[in-house]
Amino acid sequence: MMLPDGPILVESIPGKIWSKSARDPAFHESPPVLSSHRSTIRGGRSISLPSSMAVATEAQFHVLAVDDSLPDRKLIERLLKTSSFQGTTRFSLLLAALLSQLLWGLASDGRFGSVCAVTAVDSGSKALEFLGLHDHEESPISDQLDVAVNLIITDYCMPGMTGYDLLKKIKESSYLRDIPVVIMSSDNIPSRINRCLEEGADEFLLKPVRLSDMSKLKPHILKSRCKEHYEQEQHLQSNSSCISRDSHKRKAADDEILPSTIRPRHC
Amino acid sequence: MAAAPLREQLSALLSSMFSQGLVDEQFEQLQMLQDEGGTPGFVAEVVTLFCDDAERIIAEIATLLEQPIVSFDKVDAFVHQLKGSSASVGAQKVKFTCMQFRQFCQEKSRDGCLMALAVVRNEFYDLRNKFQTMLQLEQQIQAYDPKQQ
Repeated sequence: MMLPDGPILVESIPGKIWSKSARDPAFHESPPVLSSHRSTIRGGRSISLPSSMAVATEAQFHVLAVDDSLPDRKLIERLLKTSSFQGTTRFSLLLAALLSQLLWGLASDGRFGSVCAVTAVDSGSKALEFLGLHDHEESPISDQLDVAVNLIITDYCMPGMTGYDLLKKIKESSYLRDIPVVIMSSDNIPSRINRCLEEGADEFLLKPVRLSDMSKLKPHILKSRCKEHYEQEQHLQSNSSCISRDSHKRKAADDEILPSTIRPRHC
Repeated sequence: MAAAPLREQLSALLSSMFSQGLVDEQFEQLQMLQDEGGTPGFVAEVVTLFCDDAERIIAEIATLLEQPIVSFDKVDAFVHQLKGSSASVGAQKVKFTCMQFRQFCQEKSRDGCLMALAVVRNEFYDLRNKFQTMLQLEQQIQAYDPKQQ
């Protein structure tokens, strides 16, 4: 279905199918689950909807939070989910119109938090594992990121791999280096801050982190989301057959190579 | 309304915790996050996690200080952790005592560290008691008036 004002987002729930324009105030269930059940209908090409249960909405942003402190992980998760960027996505939609529907999938109501999925891990090595990069490997098996991550926010002081070490590994990886990285630290040490920024960190936040800090993350996430949609578009257009759930995310062989790795799917 | 006196008690408790410097504006952030995010129980959850974490850290520090040779670097690392999580939840007094504790770690003074540990422990127990009272009052208020937080 193609309406004059743009493509339609179609969701399915058992026994019910409805459609909404991407510009309507969208459903804001929280927390959104990373779902591969969303189907899109655009440009006359239709894709069959899965008949199985789908979630009410899909995460528009995905943030990976890394901190060895459990209270801090809880806090950053809630901060990310609560933050709202009123008016931001309207601007983004304007930008999208100019950039040919790159950002059509963004929720139109302005509440970033309600469409932010957060994965929180307690160490740098777990973060790398989640991102598909293992300690003993120089580069991942797949050249595609299995889960789209729009931002990585990490504590600096962690046992084993520090946030700085993690930042370095990410920037050394050809397929991870474009993900914006934010470092948090309770210590206000200018040389540390400079070192991180020089290594490629996009932002440095002083702990304790508060709601007002979340607005600093906004431009990085949006830029990353824009790029992700663009790349997805490129990939979709290069495929001639109907899109299957995971085809643009990972080669089938990878499932055999790493059967024990549990990774959330995101479409 | 039966909840009114309980609400007053809770309000007075929170007031005194702020005025005595037990908690600071970061704790207000937690309260705000709970209200804004529509996530009842968030403060309770974070506070509980903090208390569990603090208890564990204090025990680790105590063990380290009992060793014939004290590893002050390890002690300092734990104190740093506790300072961080107390700052994150707004536990101001505990945070300050941690900062003082770190001085003694720098000086590599076992006696100083033992004394600082005692101070941290006392402040933490005091705060924990007040947090527990706060959560109990909230639960009681909830029981009377489940719609309100």
